[in-house]
Amino acid sequence: MSSDRRTFIKRLGMGAAVGLGSLAILEKTALVEASSSEPVETNSETRWGMLIDMSLCDPECNDCQKVCHAKHNVPDHGNKKDEIKWIWKAPFKNVFTDMNHTYLQAGLLEKPFLTLCNHCDNPPCVRVCPTQATFKRDDGIVQMDYHRCIGCRFCMAGCPYGSRSFNWRDPRENLKQLDPSFPSRERGVVEKCNLCAERVDVGQLPHCVETCTNGVLIFGNLNDPESAIRKALNEKKTIQRKPALGTRPSVFYVI
Amino acid sequence: MIEKALTGDKRYHLWMTALLLVIGNGVFYYLKQLEYGLGITGMSRDISWGVYIAQFTFMVGVAASAVMLVLPYYVHNFKAFGKIVVLGEFLAVAAVSMCLLFIMVDMGHPDRFINVLRYPTPNSMLFWDANVLNVYLVLNLLCGWVVLEAEKLKKAPPKWIKPFIYLSIPWAFSIHTVTAMLYAGLPGRHLWLTAIMAPRFLASAFAAGPALLILLSLLLKRVANFDVGKEAIGKLTTIVTYGILANFFFIGLEFFTAYYSGIPSHQHNLDYLFFVLEGHGNLVPFLWTSVFLGMGGIVGLFWPGLKENEKALGLICGAIFISLWIDKGIGLVIGGFVPNPLGEITEYYITWPEFSITLGIWAIGALILSVLYKIALSVKQAP
Repeated sequence: MSSDRRTFIKRLGMGAAVGLGSLAILEKTALVEASSSEPVETNSETRWGMLIDMSLCDPECNDCQKVCHAKHNVPDHGNKKDEIKWIWKAPFKNVFTDMNHTYLQAGLLEKPFLTLCNHCDNPPCVRVCPTQATFKRDDGIVQMDYHRCIGCRFCMAGCPYGSRSFNWRDPRENLKQLDPSFPSRERGVVEKCNLCAERVDVGQLPHCVETCTNGVLIFGNLNDPESAIRKALNEKKTIQRKPALGTRPSVFYVI
Repeated sequence: MIEKALTGDKRYHLWMTALLLVIGNGVFYYLKQLEYGLGITGMSRDISWGVYIAQFTFMVGVAASAVMLVLPYYVHNFKAFGKIVVLGEFLAVAAVSMCLLFIMVDMGHPDRFINVLRYPTPNSMLFWDANVLNVYLVLNLLCGWVVLEAEKLKKAPPKWIKPFIYLSIPWAFSIHTVTAMLYAGLPGRHLWLTAIMAPRFLASAFAAGPALLILLSLLLKRVANFDVGKEAIGKLTTIVTYGILANFFFIGLEFFTAYYSGIPSHQHNLDYLFFVLEGHGNLVPFLWTSVFLGMGGIVGLFWPGLKENEKALGLICGAIFISLWIDKGIGLVIGGFVPNPLGEITEYYITWPEFSITLGIWAIGALILSVLYKIALSVKQAP
């Protein structure tokens, strides 16, 4: 049985279980998956991931965001309400909401931390999307089909990391410069970081990783024990955002 | 029977004209929204669902409450509901129509709506919700219409309609359960991540829906000389009483779990809605109004002899309806987004275009209801 078919049948089964109210079946399978540290469907040799070493990051620098947003035609509407962002900085206390305590190292609470889509191995946004406009690729990248998205914003409610933005208005009006190498979006669809799938697929590094001169970002294959990211994960103490939710992020942090 | 909706006295035509004006205003602003995008509303990156989805959620409850008439009448043979059961079914038709419209106006790409059916996705609760709502709409329109048609011809309803009537009973529960599951399965949204979301929804629905139906019945008695009967109103009042008590019981349980467990993330949304969170609390006055109106309604229901007075009963039901509307039609959805997943606070303020579109859909609901009730009454009042 092909994996596509298996996935479909699994989805159908999950849906039917809920539809019929047989929640017990669903909870049982969901529980086993969530408690396992292994990826859900490891039929792929590749699972792209990222390690962010915040000890190396210059708090004043925003180069990664600038390049990412310029290259992906992310507009700047100049107000918080319509804001669209793929990668940005927020204080530690906001990025790691469940890791705050009174006696945290001086300055850490307010220290700006990089944040982006976690490309979860068990992504809630993919689970809730009614049209599969958001989907997880075999290599772990959580991708969007902007032509299929109906703009219901269920994924924005589902994402526990606030990583998604909606085009409340025409994004093309507020692009400083259109980069023709990447599609711009239209109003009425959701968007987010795509881990530079368009570059990764041709063997290039994501823009943010390539741009960073401080070596903050390590990108690589989590399923390859010899990859740079796996070696770094082996050596350093790393954490993830909200691990208790069972989403299994592919983005890791060194504080 | 549809021709009955076209004739009526001056008041009827005036009422319909007024509704059409409100609808026209809504359509005008909806066209603007289509042109500019959903940025015309008060929604934002942080509060990504607003009054549209909140109204949708509330109206699903009103629609589901038709089962509170269908079940006693058809299953328990409670004859006193004979004159009112079709009013309940038609209320469900109007309410579900509003639900579907609220979903449509909330979509960034309504032109792609068909994608939900083109790429059926059983793991999305929205896929199930779209399906159960549409079927429920058809079921109620069918059951109400066929039984009414039979009544017009002074015959017993055809036997084939029975299975559809019985099916509409579990279906009513399903629409509100699935709607609750839109919210109750999202990780990291603490206000919504509660196993009693569906029971809460049903309890508030079975208070708000019948309360509205009592108000409508009292209104029909005055403006259309149509009396559903004292016994029917009495029974509905009892249903409202149990519904509103269960609703506040469940809300109390939510407060207990959040505050006794001491887990801050479980308290933040409730803090925002009821007690001001870090200086932000634009919904606090609304939520306390909801509590006071609801509690006032409960006191009124238990006050000896008060509910026998029609004016008092109208006030009680109005208070309960508004209370539950604030709780579910404003607080529940918007409160779930504050604070956002990063613990930041953004507040939501409805805009005039958004308000106009919302009001327009309420007017469409009222128009559908008026047409259907006009038809029902003309059959029931025929000599």
